[in-house]
Formats: sequence, structure tokens, C-alpha cells
Amino acid sequence: MTATPMFDLRARRSWRTTRNTLMLALMGVAVVLVAIPLFAVLWSVISRGAAVAFQSFPDFFTHEIPVVSRRPGPGMGPAILGTLLSTGGATLIAVPLGILGAIYLHEYGGTGGFARLVRFMSTVMTGVPSVVMGLFVYLSWTLTFGYSAFGGALALACLMLPVVIGSCEQMLRLVPEHLREAAYALGTTKSRTILTVVLPAALPGLVSGSLLAVARAAGETAPLLFAVGAATAYNPQLFREANTALSVQIFANANSSFVAAQDRAWAAALTLVLLTFIVTLVARSFTARLALKR
Amino acid sequence: MLLAELRGHKHHGDRAFRTLAVGAAALVVLVLGLIAFTMTRRAWPAFGHDFFTSTRWSAADGIFGALPFIWGTLYTAAIAIALGVPVSLGVALFITQVAPPWLKKPMVYLIDLLAVVPSVVFGLWGVLVLSQHFGLGRSFLTAGIILAIMIVPIITSLAREVIETTPESEKEAALALGATRWEMIGASVLPHSKGGLVGAVMLGLGRAMGETIAAALVIGSALGQITLDPFKSGNSMPAVIANEWGEADQDHKAALIALAVTLFVITIAVNLIATTIVQRSMKRSRGT
Repeated sequence: MTATPMFDLRARRSWRTTRNTLMLALMGVAVVLVAIPLFAVLWSVISRGAAVAFQSFPDFFTHEIPVVSRRPGPGMGPAILGTLLSTGGATLIAVPLGILGAIYLHEYGGTGGFARLVRFMSTVMTGVPSVVMGLFVYLSWTLTFGYSAFGGALALACLMLPVVIGSCEQMLRLVPEHLREAAYALGTTKSRTILTVVLPAALPGLVSGSLLAVARAAGETAPLLFAVGAATAYNPQLFREANTALSVQIFANANSSFVAAQDRAWAAALTLVLLTFIVTLVARSFTARLALKR
Repeated sequence: MLLAELRGHKHHGDRAFRTLAVGAAALVVLVLGLIAFTMTRRAWPAFGHDFFTSTRWSAADGIFGALPFIWGTLYTAAIAIALGVPVSLGVALFITQVAPPWLKKPMVYLIDLLAVVPSVVFGLWGVLVLSQHFGLGRSFLTAGIILAIMIVPIITSLAREVIETTPESEKEAALALGATRWEMIGASVLPHSKGGLVGAVMLGLGRAMGETIAAALVIGSALGQITLDPFKSGNSMPAVIANEWGEADQDHKAALIALAVTLFVITIAVNLIATTIVQRSMKRSRGT
């Protein structure tokens, strides 16, 4: 018996394999094309912002904003406070309402008509441009009550609400049905079941989803532009007097032709990016905890 | 439903909690209705005449023609889509089909990181770095590039979800017939996820048209430009609103609100079509 020659079963170099290699390489190029602007932006923010932000350390984070924008020197303290106030206010409004709405959608509404309407409207609301939200809050709140951090909080809350509802409904869906049934079997009412069994089980997911919405809200500019005003001094009051925010200051200073103002914009951008990254990282750590539990 | 009946008498607390939840859900419908109503009412006087046809926008003369801004919004969004979509699809395919498992997670993080950077920071980079050091100036193209960077994470993450619904068996069938990996993508993955990908692109389009701050910083705020030249300065609807609101008087404000209503209607329409397409294709891929 003669040994049959072994055929090489691997695909031979042909136009087919060449095209395959080429297309896979193009996908790699796409990845590089995405990475370049991300790292370029982060590099600019860090290299141009750090020097200003950390020069004579806490000054930039505590001093008031110079009234004359061409004057060099530190100061974004009021903007940091303003961002915290309006984002914090928005969180207090949107997160409880969003979680309640998600509870309705998943625990009560199900696939009923009203639940479907709310889900639909919630999707529509996610698509509303932030500038439209800002104008809406200006017309319905600021015109009557004047500029305040709370106006900004309202606008941000409108943006956050559908996002929180959407992600929290996903999280409630992950809670196994048998947990609910076990609670019902013990004679627990529906509201008690939700509050003591379903919500604790979904908690890490709810926190993570809400925090991601907070991180996005903290970086928003357009809604604040119309409702918050343009203060340069500290204003710790939530409901009264014009306030400011990091994003608004970046926008205003980026348009300036003075180097000192641009420097402050870069340093404020660094502060804002750090803030949003930290919130996102905390959110991710909750997601990781959720994954570990399963 | 049955369980609730078996438990017999209703508790007051139970009913109160339910009412609270219904109220929170109803708030979404209420707020959206209020937005539409308040804005349309304020904008109404500005709509008449030739709001959608005139190319002249002069606040001093009380003439408000929105056509150049509608053009600017559509044109910059089109540039963003043209630049952003191939890249997004490439990355989504890379993550799902090519990358080894250990590389997947860092790549997803990279995309998420891009989504977290505030739009005003992209705007700042666009105006002080991209437009100055790369000779692009403040123009339609600069705005298109910045918008493209901003929609890539949205399109990529949705496309990734859609692509991952492709059944493993269909992919293996293509490979078993001797297809290369690219041919497998063309024969199994893309036909399967076509609808969802179109939806993802449209969601990106909606986002690109509504993006305000980054566009306001880099588009150049030129009035009355309707041109295909990407290196010209122009303006888009959200950018005009953000830039001119501060010094606007009564009529001017009404016109800006009318712009916002127009933008609202266009983006909502695009988003609705997108969501419908995505949901339909997801349902179909889950059903079969």
C-alpha cells in the first residue's frame, strides 16, 4: 500500500484570503482611529489642564472665578460647587422617580397598554436634545423663579429620568421570579415584596445604572446654559440667585481669545473629566459586584 | 394577577405604593407633553412668514429664516455619519468577531470611556486643538469630525449588541463551507443584523443632530451659509440657540424657540424610526 500524499488543508493564498486579511486589518485600523482622538483629547486635557489646576495646589479648586476673564490666576471653586449642586439636585429628583417608574413598568404594568405608552414615551424622551430641555426649563421655571442651581437640576433631571427608568427596568428584569414567588408564599403584600426582596436584590444594578446617568448629567452644558446663569462668586443656595457650573465655564472660556481664560477652561475640563470618570468607575465597581454575585 | 387575588384583602400601604409608582411613570408622559406644549406655544408667532424657506437671519431687522441652520444641522450630521459609521462598524465587528477574548473587555472599556467624556470637553479640544493646529478652522468639517467622535460610542455599543444576536450555528455553517472570516461576516453576521445596524446608525444620526455645545464651539457661527464646501464656516440649529440666546430680545427668543421646536420634531422623528427598526429586528432575531 502506498501512502497517499497528505493534502495541505489550510486555505491557500488566494484573492479570498488576501481580501480576508485586508478587511480584518481595516477593522484593526478602525480601532486605532477611535483610540487616537480619545487619547489626543485626554492628553490635551491633562497636559494643558494639570499645570494650571495643580499650580499652588488647592487654589484652583477653592478660589472664586476672576471677574475679568483675561486676568491669569486660579479659580473654579464656585463652578465646582455649582456642578455638585445642580447634579446632586438632579440626582435627588430623577433617581427616586426613575426607580419608582421602573418598578411600575416591570412589577405592575408589564405589557399592559399604559406601561407600553410610558415605555414608548420614555424612549422618545431619551432622544430629546439637551438644548431643548434647557429651553423648556427656562420657559417653565426660570422665567418665573429666576436663575438658580435648582433650575439646572430640573433640566438635568428631565434628561436623566428616562435613562434611569430604562436601565433600572433592565435591572429589575434580572431579579429571578422565584424570589418574588417565595415572598408571596409567605403572605407578603406586593409593596413589601418589592421593597424588601426585589429592590435589595437589584440594588447594585440600580446604583450602577443611576450613577452612569449621573456621570452623563454632570458633563451636560446646554441645559445649564439657560437655567443656571453666570455667577463668578460662591453661591451655596440651591434655590436662589444665579449660579454657575464647570461645563458652563468651559464653554464660556473656550470661546475666549485670552490665554488665561483658555488655561482655566483646560483646568476646568480636567476637573470635570476626573469627576465624571470617578463616578463612572464607582458605577462600574457596582456592576462588577453584581457580576460576582451571579 | 392571580397571586394578588389569592392574597385576599388589599392593604392601604400596598395601594399607596402602587399609586406612587404609577405617578412616577405618568410623569414621563406629562413632562414630554408639557415640553411639546410650552415650546410650541411660545414659538408659534415666529413660525409664520417664511421661517422654513428664507435664507436670511438678521435679528436686528427682525428677519428669521431658519433654512441655513437646518442645512448646517443636516450637513454636519451627514459628515459625522459618513466618518463615524464605517469606524463604528469596524470596531463593533473587531470586538465581536476578531478580538481574542482577553482583548474584548479593554476594548469595551475604551468605547465606554469615549462615551463618558463630556461633550463640552470635545468642543474645547475641537476649537483649541483640532481647528487651530490642523488647519481646519471652524467649519462644517471640524464640527462633523467632532460629532463623529461623539457618535462612535453610541453606534458601536448598539451595533455590538445587535451583532452578538447572530446565532453561533449560522456563523459555523458559513465557516464549515470554507468561508474565510470576512466571508462569514458577509454571509451570516451582516444579513442577520442589517435591520439593527440601520437602527443603530439612525440613533447616532439623532444624537449628532441634537448635539449642541460641541457644534456651537467649532462650527464657526457664520450666518446664511448654504454650501457643500466642508471648509466653510456655518451654523446649526442647536448651535445658534446656544450662541445667540444670551443677547436675544423678545422676537429673537421666539425665533430661537421655534428653531428648538423644529429640532425637537426632527430628532424625535429620527429616534422613533430608529427605535422601531432596532426593536423589530431584535424581536425577529429572538423569535427565530
